[in-house]
Amino acid sequence: MRNKAGARSEQISWSRRFGDHLFTALAVAALLLVLLPLAAIFADLLERGIGSINWAFLTRTPAPVGVPGGGMANAILGSGVILGIATAIGVPLGIGSGVFLSEYGRNRFGDVIRFTADVLNGVPSIVIGIVAYSLVVLRQRHFSALAGGVALGIMMIPTITRATEEMLLLVPVSVREAALGLGISRWRTTVSVTLRTSAAGIITGIMLAFARVAGETAPLLFTAFGSQFWSTNINQPIAALPLQIFVYAISPYDEWHRQAWAGALVLIALIVGTIAVVRLIASRGMMKGTT
Amino acid sequence: MGVGIEVESLNAWFGATQALQDIGMRIAPNHATAIIGPSGCGKSTFVRCLNRMHETLPETRVTGKVRIGEMEVYGDGTPAVLVRRQVGMVFQKPNPFPAMSIYDNVAAGLKLNGFRDRRKLDEIVERSLRMAALWDEVKDALKKKSGASLSGGQQQRLCIARALAVEPNVLLMDEPASALDPISTGKIEDLIFQLKENYTIVIVTHNMQQAARVAEFTGFFLLGRLIEFAKTEKIFTNPSDKRTEDYITGRFG
Repeated sequence: MRNKAGARSEQISWSRRFGDHLFTALAVAALLLVLLPLAAIFADLLERGIGSINWAFLTRTPAPVGVPGGGMANAILGSGVILGIATAIGVPLGIGSGVFLSEYGRNRFGDVIRFTADVLNGVPSIVIGIVAYSLVVLRQRHFSALAGGVALGIMMIPTITRATEEMLLLVPVSVREAALGLGISRWRTTVSVTLRTSAAGIITGIMLAFARVAGETAPLLFTAFGSQFWSTNINQPIAALPLQIFVYAISPYDEWHRQAWAGALVLIALIVGTIAVVRLIASRGMMKGTT
Repeated sequence: MGVGIEVESLNAWFGATQALQDIGMRIAPNHATAIIGPSGCGKSTFVRCLNRMHETLPETRVTGKVRIGEMEVYGDGTPAVLVRRQVGMVFQKPNPFPAMSIYDNVAAGLKLNGFRDRRKLDEIVERSLRMAALWDEVKDALKKKSGASLSGGQQQRLCIARALAVEPNVLLMDEPASALDPISTGKIEDLIFQLKENYTIVIVTHNMQQAARVAEFTGFFLLGRLIEFAKTEKIFTNPSDKRTEDYITGRFG
């Protein structure tokens, strides 16, 4: 038996079901639209780059013009060195200023810093390169890995600062009060409770900043400069994957073009790999039942 | 052992708004004292003044005297962290540290203040969890599960264990059962009964039956003033003040 009310509720539920399906479909479509460029880039890189990746490519330095073979091992290493320096600069400064903004920055001064960080985030990367050039290169009188690291480190700061601040603000006041109520000092509460509670989000912010600067070329042009040789000396010019890709891509040689594709593929793989490893390590350190 | 609390002409402000006016009160050691009154009457502010939590909020001010045992809470040489180590607090909403295991939640007050003796820590954690009647439910997952993975009632008992682990003399409870179901509430009340043998307990509650069940003394607050403070029995059967009577008979609030 179906009464009037039942029929009506069924009608409403039909239109609601339609709306539900419609919006689910729209959301899925938006997702696919976002994933499409990423998938296309990755597929293209794989197709063009995979053929040139071999043992020599990963273990040798570049061959002179006209000589076949050679690889980008020094550039892979160089990118690692530069990114290491950048992370060593960007992470402590970024987290430190993020903590300041969330814990002590509810005032005019905090607003100024927040605005400055947002502006810094929007400064073209080549301008950051000039800053590092005048800060480091002019003083050292030559290009260096250190200068490249400083440039990328500066670029990481605003992203990490804002991510840290946002994540710390998500930690409820009640959790801070619990710590203070136990007689734990303010700075200890910030370090051992508030930061620890938001660690997952802050790590995501750091990874975003890392991925962004790992592919930067412009700020390295007149800082790290590039090199054809092995080097781990941070006071000497050093090769970097994006630089090497740039040089090879604008060259007139087919062999170098192929190596540029392979270099791009390696760069993406390294970034994705780093993020995956960091996430894995971070998730091991987290407690079960934590969101 | 619990110690007594003496409050003398205590005033508290939020910005320009005065939340407490001239409160005087003597809270007996090793008993439970309930603080009742309608919302916004200053109950929570009052207990937060006893362990100097009030001043952690922006633009707040306190004047007057609070003495807990021998300690001058607002004395010149008394650091707030020292007060809070001797006066445990349990909040309205369970607030375990979400990124810490059950064990670390209980150990937090000691660990983060530099206590390193592992064996002693194990003992204290077990004893605190037993006192909070939570040990049997969590002993198999002490270090594996997060404090946030427990149910609401368990979380609140975890918070009580956490407060007990630093071995305070006084336990302040700000509506500790208002977010819990009746069964969990019953467990918390049983706990208060056992704890008051060794601790001085001050419990803020909206629930007058709860005050009548657990507390020997009751203070009635209204608009930032302490209207009446007496034995619980007297407050509920024969109050001296008309306003107390109106409140407990449900005429307002």
